[in-house]
Amino acid sequence: MKKPLLSTLVVAVATLALSSPAFADKVRLTGSGASFPAPIYLSWFKNLNKANPDLVVDYQSKGSGAGVQDFLNKTVDFAASDSAMKTEDMAKVSEGVQLLPMTAGEIIVTYNLPGNPKGLKLPRDVYPNIFLGKITKWNDPKIAAANPGVKLPDVPITVVVRADSSGTTAVFTKHLSAINAEFKSSLGEGNTVNWPTTNKFIKSPKNDGVTATVRQTPGAIGYIEYSYAKLAKVESALLQNKEGKFVAPGNSAETLAAIKIPEDMIAWAPDPEGANAYPIVTYTWMIFRKNNNDAHKARAMRDMVEFGLTEGQKIADALGYIPLPQSVVEQVRKAAANIK
Amino acid sequence: MTYKIKRDAMEKPFALDVDTDSICQPPSSSTLLIDRTFRMFARLGVFVVLALVVALVLEIGVKAIPGIQKYGLDMLTGTVWDVGQQQFGILPAIWGTLYSSLIALLIGGFFGISMAIFLTQDFLPARLAAVFRTIVELLAAIPSVVYGLWGIFVVIPFIRPLTDVLNESFGWIPFFSSTLSGPGLLPAALVLAIMILPTIAAVSQDALRSVPLKTKQAAYGMGATHWEAILKVMVPTAATGIFGSLVLGLGRALGETMALAMLVGNSNQISLSLFAPANTLAALLALNFPEAGPNEIGVLMYAALVLMVITLMVNILGSMMIMYAQRGVKA
Repeated sequence: MKKPLLSTLVVAVATLALSSPAFADKVRLTGSGASFPAPIYLSWFKNLNKANPDLVVDYQSKGSGAGVQDFLNKTVDFAASDSAMKTEDMAKVSEGVQLLPMTAGEIIVTYNLPGNPKGLKLPRDVYPNIFLGKITKWNDPKIAAANPGVKLPDVPITVVVRADSSGTTAVFTKHLSAINAEFKSSLGEGNTVNWPTTNKFIKSPKNDGVTATVRQTPGAIGYIEYSYAKLAKVESALLQNKEGKFVAPGNSAETLAAIKIPEDMIAWAPDPEGANAYPIVTYTWMIFRKNNNDAHKARAMRDMVEFGLTEGQKIADALGYIPLPQSVVEQVRKAAANIK
Repeated sequence: MTYKIKRDAMEKPFALDVDTDSICQPPSSSTLLIDRTFRMFARLGVFVVLALVVALVLEIGVKAIPGIQKYGLDMLTGTVWDVGQQQFGILPAIWGTLYSSLIALLIGGFFGISMAIFLTQDFLPARLAAVFRTIVELLAAIPSVVYGLWGIFVVIPFIRPLTDVLNESFGWIPFFSSTLSGPGLLPAALVLAIMILPTIAAVSQDALRSVPLKTKQAAYGMGATHWEAILKVMVPTAATGIFGSLVLGLGRALGETMALAMLVGNSNQISLSLFAPANTLAALLALNFPEAGPNEIGVLMYAALVLMVITLMVNILGSMMIMYAQRGVKA
């Protein structure tokens, strides 16, 4: 009994010794952060591992704020955030910070009305006021005026917002603050804002929580990422853009191409121009350290970025994201060289 | 069964006192060893548990100090929670925690105790009762998230028509003063009631079953009917244990997190209305911890400390009431 065991052991050790050079090349990266790009990132990392079995990337979707926190605590190799990174947080990282926009998306306003009217139109002076708690009924004359022919019921509007700190909230409130002075002065923008406390404001955790609550609540309205809306097949409202047109989400490549990306790679379009521009679009970023003191890891991270820029952009559209414009891809590729 | 009669008692130290025909004998050295080892491990277990509790309280307490120093009692009385403005008030969360738990306790307590009576007082054949018992205990094995989803997709649509009627007809009663939007206090409390049901039912059953059979027989012997025996003899005798089950249930309700975070609406307001969204301490902690910066950690630890104190007070109050009730029964 003992001999076979021993020989197996010897063989095992020998194999291990022989294969050890390959073993040393194996790199495991860990990242955490935003839940909005999580579906696309996870499929990137899976495909990347198939293409390059020596490179394993673990990504934990826990929210933009938590990702940045992990990055500052040095528990992850990279983070992901929809709200980029605060300047004071960047100052805390002695190795230097490199942000890279990796994909982009839209935030949609979803609703639940009896009869499921498609493509409800929400004017610019209406939807900020709904989220301010000032327009409280669905049959409000202002909503009715924009939607002739749609039967709007006399039910209160239940506003569903995010309960956790979220990049989605940051982008959404940034847009509302840009188009409505009162929203800016009373609520402002941020990962969490102090929503009005009434019986008709409900907070739900995560994108999925908001989606589920809106679906289950007649008369509800909420904001979620387009990819989640596509997945859950919920209605999205047509929002009025800067030029006065009502636009549906799902067609923002042009809008994105018009946004100029500066040196630090952080660019916002809180109220984009263009007749066909959907008003709430945003990039989402991966955050890296410039000096990693580990050549293997740095190379692995550059490989990961390159994979996302090439193969990764091809699946973006199908998952409800916007592929990066070619000019941005070039810019990101150049900036990725800073990861050392 | 493994005892053997020792004939050569002379070898043993107490040989003179031992009746050689008896099966009695002093404990053997291996019995002593097992006994000592077991006692050592039991003690170790107790110390580890105690040390764990102390470490937990210390950890939370120490980390809460910055929050306490900075916000003090204002946090307990404040009603605004705004991370952006660094304003932290947890009064609505305290209110919501107590209110939802109390309603859950009323509902869960009523059904749990009824169930315990039903399953222990000869209403059902013993085998059927065992099946029912297992089903109720299965409720305890369902994860919290599943309860939350079930609440969103089943409970809320189910109670919505009823709440609308109540609000229309009895809107002047503060409890029904708003319409149910979706998540709110009542759905949260209902789901919470189901979650604490197995605890209350199981412990109450044990209490009722531990009443000596003689007591029941004596009641019947004195001419009591089935119900008189249950309500006037069995339940009062088992009152201590039943009370204990309620305290345990309340403790669970106070600390329940995930299902509540999904169902309570997380709105920082204080309202008597059962249909209004509310907030609880545990949900507040769960939703804010992942993204908390250093300043918020102190505040959240402070809130956790408050939750611990509330739970502790409830337990002490419960124990005192049990002691009081026991004295009443004995007298």
